[in-house]
Amino acid sequence: MDALLQFIFSGMTVGAVYALVALGFTIIYNASDVVNFAQGEFVMLGGMITVFAHQAGLPLPLAAVLAILATAALGVALNKLAIEPARGAPVVSLIIITIGASILIRGATQLIFDKQLHRFPSFSGDDPIRVMGATILPQSLWVIGGAVAVFVALWLFFTRTLTGKAVLATANNRVAAQLVGINTGWVMTLSFGLSAAIGALAGVLVTPITLVSYDVGVALALKGFAAAMLGGMGNPKGALLGGLLLGLLEALTAGYLSSQYKDAVAFIVILGVLFVMPQGIFGHKSTERV
Amino acid sequence: MMTARRKWTQLAVLALVIALLPLFFPSGYYYRVGALIFVNALSVVGLVILIGYAGQISLGHAGFAGIGAYACALAPEHLGLHPGLAVILGAVVSGIMALLIGRPILRLKGYYLAVATLGFGILVSMVLTNERALTGGPDGMSVEDLGLRALLRDLGWRLSGGEFWYGVSGFVLLIGAWLALNLFDSPTGRAMRALHGSEVAASTVGVDVARQKLRAFVISAVYASVAGSLLALQNGYITPDVAGFMHSIEMVTMAVLGGVGSVLGATLGAAILTLLPQVLTVFAEYEQLVLGAVMIVVMIFLPQGLLPSIARRIRGRGE
Repeated sequence: MDALLQFIFSGMTVGAVYALVALGFTIIYNASDVVNFAQGEFVMLGGMITVFAHQAGLPLPLAAVLAILATAALGVALNKLAIEPARGAPVVSLIIITIGASILIRGATQLIFDKQLHRFPSFSGDDPIRVMGATILPQSLWVIGGAVAVFVALWLFFTRTLTGKAVLATANNRVAAQLVGINTGWVMTLSFGLSAAIGALAGVLVTPITLVSYDVGVALALKGFAAAMLGGMGNPKGALLGGLLLGLLEALTAGYLSSQYKDAVAFIVILGVLFVMPQGIFGHKSTERV
Repeated sequence: MMTARRKWTQLAVLALVIALLPLFFPSGYYYRVGALIFVNALSVVGLVILIGYAGQISLGHAGFAGIGAYACALAPEHLGLHPGLAVILGAVVSGIMALLIGRPILRLKGYYLAVATLGFGILVSMVLTNERALTGGPDGMSVEDLGLRALLRDLGWRLSGGEFWYGVSGFVLLIGAWLALNLFDSPTGRAMRALHGSEVAASTVGVDVARQKLRAFVISAVYASVAGSLLALQNGYITPDVAGFMHSIEMVTMAVLGGVGSVLGATLGAAILTLLPQVLTVFAEYEQLVLGAVMIVVMIFLPQGLLPSIARRIRGRGE
């Protein structure tokens, strides 16, 4: 029982990170129908820039804010320089462009910074908190709390603000949105910036636990993608639940079955879901119009 | 529409390049690079059939290359099979695997298909990495020699390892290109290209869409598998990287870089991406930077790929 609770705690922590990555995927996918394989690099940059800004003498909170802003700016640049010029390109081209961007960002990071593993201090110390025979790190609470806060903020943004509703309208029907005067180009820019900022925030929150180096992004992107698809592509609620579910499944597999194959869970789950429910748990069935 | 003459022109160009290139090699090392290009080109020709003809995507074809490679490493050791036969065994296993997973996977489209194939590829590489007892884990394992070179030596034909594998890979690539070009204008190839245009339209004129997609998937899997086997045999050593995610991406990039509908373009794409790290050895730390930039720039400015874009430009000037 204690062990189970322990696995659940670690699964929730990892799952919260996957959920944030999946949320980032969802925002960009909704605004532009692009699956951004560079999403994991945003998480990596959030961690790396904070580390080096902190080493350079900035206080931690300021370093974190700087990292999030810088990554958001990069997200906007990615949209302007690589996605917008390729508008209307087939899916294969878009996949290669975003994977190219992820390789480019990784290459630039190892040149500008280095190839070492880094971390910075946890926000509230490293003394584990005891809960019913299991322990949880204070930083894990930060990660889980961060994911919940981002989700609530996004929900408010999409349902209560005019800008948020413009994003939703664009996601539903780009042409119709343009007809009612929504600047869809600006919506795309906003979505990339927002998505990059969320990724960077995830990186800032999780680095004290998992450490960061220039190459942590690929695995995160693939798992976040699996989580987004598990919940149903384009559905924020699905992204959150898909991420948490994936984290839990991974932790339970590592605990009870095989720690070697814990990384396989994401892909077995995703293959299973796609075979049985090709649109994910919360997705809608779509039909092709001739 | 491809006439028989265009088919033979393309094959002749490819054969001439393979035959004449060694005249310009400053050292024996270049035979090795050439052989590597041909092996990569072979798996990319398979992807031309899947992506270019049938319009389906796969981000997991390195998985099949991994199956082919490890068949050559494992079968001689555990089953006592000759390495040459192991190539065939690997191709058969890959084909069956593609048949089994292709049926449910190919119902999916676009990003869903991409992530499903990606999942398959990653699972294969994970098994190869984790089953240390069998595969040696991440360190990889050695591969038995084909024995053909020794045979040729006994017949009085002395070849260096590089020269031998240059010849073998070039020959297999030619066969692969010939088969792919034949397929293009066959009923099957036309059906594949029809469903690429529109699945609904193709099925209304009687194309069995699911069946043709599956065919393209299985054929391309066999190409990848044979390429993986050749890679294992010529290196004499194999690691799970051959089945890794990055290898799948490289394969798709090569295909799209050269021009995804074209067999010659596939070879060009393979050549460029294989040469890139060789050229950049001095600037090794810039390799990823350059690779990423090339991928983005080509996709934005030459969305049809290098060869078709260049061909169109030349033709446009002629008119």
